[in-house]
This record gives sequence, C-alpha cells and structure tokens, in this order.
Amino acid sequence: MTAIAAIRPDAWNFPLLLHLMGAMVMVGALVLAASALFLAWRDGDAALVRLGYRSLLIGALPAWLVMRAGGEWIASKEDLTGSNAPSWVKIGFNTADVGLLLLVTATVLAGLGVRRIGRNGSPGPLGRAPAGLVSLLLIAYLVAIWAMTTKPA
Amino acid sequence: MYDTLLLLHVLAAFALVATVVIFSAFALGLATDSRVLALGNALWNVGGLGSLVFGIWLALYVKGYEIWDGWIIAAIVLWAIATELGRRAQMGYVSATAAGEGQVTTSGAHQATLMHWLRSLAVLALLVVMVYKPGA
Repeated sequence: MTAIAAIRPDAWNFPLLLHLMGAMVMVGALVLAASALFLAWRDGDAALVRLGYRSLLIGALPAWLVMRAGGEWIASKEDLTGSNAPSWVKIGFNTADVGLLLLVTATVLAGLGVRRIGRNGSPGPLGRAPAGLVSLLLIAYLVAIWAMTTKPA
Repeated sequence: MYDTLLLLHVLAAFALVATVVIFSAFALGLATDSRVLALGNALWNVGGLGSLVFGIWLALYVKGYEIWDGWIIAAIVLWAIATELGRRAQMGYVSATAAGEGQVTTSGAHQATLMHWLRSLAVLALLVVMVYKPGA
C-alpha cells in the first residue's frame, strides 16, 4: 500500500519553510550547546561553557522565535488554531512554549556560569545545570518532531 | 510505514542542519574544539545517508512522486554538492583544529569557512526545494 502525495496550497509554503528552518536551526544550536556543556562538565574547559552559552543565546533563542512565529502563521493559514487545533498541533505548541521557559533558564544559568569563570576560573554547578536542561529540551523536541511528522489523531 | 519513513527522513534532515550550525560556530570563530567538530562530521554522515536513503525510499513509496521528478533530481544534486562542499570544509577545519587549541585561523581554515558557507547555501536551497516541490 502506498501513501498518496499531498499537495498543499502555495500560500502555505513560506510559513512552513520559516517554521522548519527555525526548528532545524534551534535543534542544531541545542545539539551544539549540549555537546559543549557536557564536554565542559567533564573537562572544566571555560571556552566550552562560553560556546554553550553563545549557541543558546545567539543560536537557539532567535531560532525559537522564527520557529514559533512560523508555526503560528502556518497553523492560522490551515485554520488549526483554538478549538480546531488537533492533538499534534497542541503537542507542538505546548512543547515550544514550555520549551522557551527551559531555554531561557538554561541560557541564564550558562551565562552565570560564564561570569563565574571570569571570577573563579570554574563554572561550578552553573555549568552542569544547563547541560541537563538542554538535554531535556532535546528529548522534548524529539517528541514534537515525531508529532509534527506523524500527526497522531 | 509512510509515517516512519517520513519521520526518519525529517530526523536525518535535522541532523544535516545541526552539522551546519556546528560548523557555523567554527566559521564564526566561536568554537575550536576538535571533539565538537567530530560530532558535526558524524551528524553529517548519519544525516546525509539517512536523508538520501529515506528520501529515495519515500519517492518510490508515495503515489504521485517519482524518482525522476525534477524537484527530486534537483534535491539529490543539491545533496551531492552540499556533501562535497562539506567534505572540503571538514578537511580544512580538521587540519586547523589539529594545529592547536584556539587556532582556527590558518589559510586552510579560511578556505574551509568559504566551503562551509557555500554548503549552508546548498542546504538552504535543498530545504526550499523540499518544501516548495517545484513542478510537483
């Protein structure tokens, strides 16, 4: 049995592209931040904590904005907002909104870790907590990607 | 079956863009650690193979798509261009990071940076083709 190709209206393509680009760059920045922060956790390397912080601040946060705005735009085009929103859209929006809270917290903690390096030479626990939060975010976004692509009823 | 193929194809595409993000950190001088670079390369290997294999599988599986459709051929060509540019960027950064921590400023690294930004453009074009499906 084969699936039939779905053709969407042209007007939906740009918002979808924005949403996808934002999501992909955000997940990429989270992967970079997680790897840098975990390596810093092991080595205590200040440059890696800085890399983790910057990838969250100048990578993941702006990309989140693009992803969320694109998501809202495409959802309104498809009339999938409010009571019309199916469960897969709700999973996406809830993950994004709760994810922002975790993302901001991880960024602030990593930033404090960078400041602490300047004073003490080591980030201490402030370098470890964002690594855990970013890992949690990556797992949550994996679930969101599953929901967005398979669209469970 | 379709859902699984699409999920794996999309996850592979996420891995490709993650590589682009990681290499961008090197291109912008934010990263110098060879282990982070190795992660980027591993993600391209997994994502590159996955996006190609599951993409072709989807083209064969889905009624209405054919492997010789113009947009699918364009995507495969862009994928090949991006992979070759990425290979050149990788070689430049590997030798630059091997030169020493915090030194990604050799001439090889400059060439690698150019290759990286060209690959980023190819990946962006690939994403545009996948979304717009021109001619489909």
